[in-house]
Amino acid sequence: MDHQILTTFLFLAVVALTVGITVWASRQGSGSANFYAGGRSFTPVQNGFAIGGDYMSAASFLGISGAIALNGYDGFLYSVGFLVAWLVALLLVAEMLRNSGRYTMADQLAYRMKQTPVRMAAATSTVVVSIFYLLAQMVGAGALVALLLGVDSQAVKNLVIFAVGILMIFYVTVGGMRGTTWVQIVKAVLLMTGSALIVVLVLWKFSFNLSDLLGAAASNSGKGQAFLEPGLKFGGSTTSKLDFVSLGLALVLGTAGLPHILIRFYTVPTSRDARKSVLWAIGLIGVFYLFTLVLGFGAAALLSGDKADQVATSKGNLASPLLAEAVGGGAGSTGGAVLLAVISAVAFATILAVVAGLTLTSSASVAHDIYNNVIKKGRATEKQEIKVTRIAAFSIGLIAILLAIPAQNLNIAFLVALAFAVAASANLPAIVYNMFWRRFNTRGATWSIYGGLISSVGLVIFSPIMSGKGIVDGVNQSLLPASIDIAWFPLENPGIVSIPLGFLFGFLGTMSRREPAAEDRFTELEVRALSGAGSEKALVH
Amino acid sequence: MSDTQHDQAERHDPVYDQLAATDEFKELRRAYRSFVFPATIAFLAWYLLYVVMSNWATGFMNIRLVGNINVALVFGLLQFVTTFALAWLYSRYSTAKLDPLARHLNDHYETGR
Repeated sequence: MDHQILTTFLFLAVVALTVGITVWASRQGSGSANFYAGGRSFTPVQNGFAIGGDYMSAASFLGISGAIALNGYDGFLYSVGFLVAWLVALLLVAEMLRNSGRYTMADQLAYRMKQTPVRMAAATSTVVVSIFYLLAQMVGAGALVALLLGVDSQAVKNLVIFAVGILMIFYVTVGGMRGTTWVQIVKAVLLMTGSALIVVLVLWKFSFNLSDLLGAAASNSGKGQAFLEPGLKFGGSTTSKLDFVSLGLALVLGTAGLPHILIRFYTVPTSRDARKSVLWAIGLIGVFYLFTLVLGFGAAALLSGDKADQVATSKGNLASPLLAEAVGGGAGSTGGAVLLAVISAVAFATILAVVAGLTLTSSASVAHDIYNNVIKKGRATEKQEIKVTRIAAFSIGLIAILLAIPAQNLNIAFLVALAFAVAASANLPAIVYNMFWRRFNTRGATWSIYGGLISSVGLVIFSPIMSGKGIVDGVNQSLLPASIDIAWFPLENPGIVSIPLGFLFGFLGTMSRREPAAEDRFTELEVRALSGAGSEKALVH
Repeated sequence: MSDTQHDQAERHDPVYDQLAATDEFKELRRAYRSFVFPATIAFLAWYLLYVVMSNWATGFMNIRLVGNINVALVFGLLQFVTTFALAWLYSRYSTAKLDPLARHLNDHYETGR
């Protein structure tokens, strides 16, 4: 069977399924609490799956397994960081945020501070982080579809990016949080089932002996035991080791600052349900990252020749789909074609669900924080606010399309790691200070958000990512033309510098001015956050 | 301008101050912090140890334990185990210790209005 026809068919099925869910969800209720928080009436299991669906992006599914396939053990470090990070969300953020906010990340700052400056700051960093993340997903979608359909034309990639953009605008404007949540739940189920199937097939080939799988991966990779040991990618020099620490910090501290993850905590009735949904998410995500280990080493062990070259040229992104083809019986076999098509469709569903969550988060922040609370001073009607959200979703969708088209030679994992670094530097300090430090105030919040944002994005501009790596094997290794070299910051991930700076700016801003009103309201915030007294209630249908 | 009122967050409800003064709230706050602060420091330190050893203790990390399974892999998998375990411990602790206190305070709030 021709896998391209089957792939196309399955992709269209994924699109039809998600569009159907969105239309169905749009009929389940209207109003702000429905649109932004799904009526706050999802169960912990549903929300746990939706969090998983929101979090396990193309960077995880395609990127991590690809990183392991290419760099061996060093790729596994991503999985560890991405999982351990959930403890920050569980212990320090999820429940308190559920109790103290309404729709956006800014709500819990605005609960005790000056509305205009803190909402502007939080909305700005929400949009910046979300757009970095969006770009990664859309670039991934373009590359994936073009390679799978066997057409390596720029026009097709652009068309796919455009189509993904239109779809995400549709999910958000029509389905709101309820539609988006269901799309994410379905995607999480598809992703877990699809990867479990491939994992079982891989392990079966090695009689469920992990050691044999690792041995085969090491010898097939041509790097021997070094493939199974840390240091292949990051062990070269002190600089690259520091880069690794920097990445590790960004991963572990970024998750609890990702706006699209934070607003998921609002979709359940109580803070206890928020906690339970994080527990479900940890279980789901943990198992999934164990799968990526098998997928990555499996791809290293089982793909060779042409297929291994294809993995390398795609920077690892095609390791999982090609592995699926191999364990299904290899290229040209029916089983291989079917599995390749299925896994590609799952990856596509993954991308769609994540872009929907990101677009919803950033447009809700524009409408709720900037339009309603800054421009209209809290006097906009629900209808006006939702209308602005739709306009914002449309605009952000267009911006993402326009930025994604020239950004196609960027590495997906890099963009996502950067989004994590920005979230950890700009958002996490403000969230943590706000919950645990009475004296923290408006100036501290704006300084930490803008300070973290500017230092993280700024350091990337002057990093080897942007310029200065020069031309290796005829390929420019940096983003800017090889003739420009503005790099002076040696690390690719800014986290090790910008995260402490975010905390430092927050501290200095706070200490440089007292704000008795904010300190006074800390008592209210703390009682509410810990006990749930007065927190937003679920809608009853 | 009347907008200044919107600008600073308003005082929400005097009942919060009353709740804050209760022994129950003080106990809730103490119980919460006495779990999450040490736990956070512990898991971050444990994770950073893993990161640092992957970089600078490769001799130890590369020791093969069984077949091709080395210390580095086991250490990475242990991070999964400790994450699951800590999440489970926190869930048990908060259900037993924190939730009853929070419920009680919430009931006060609902009736005090």
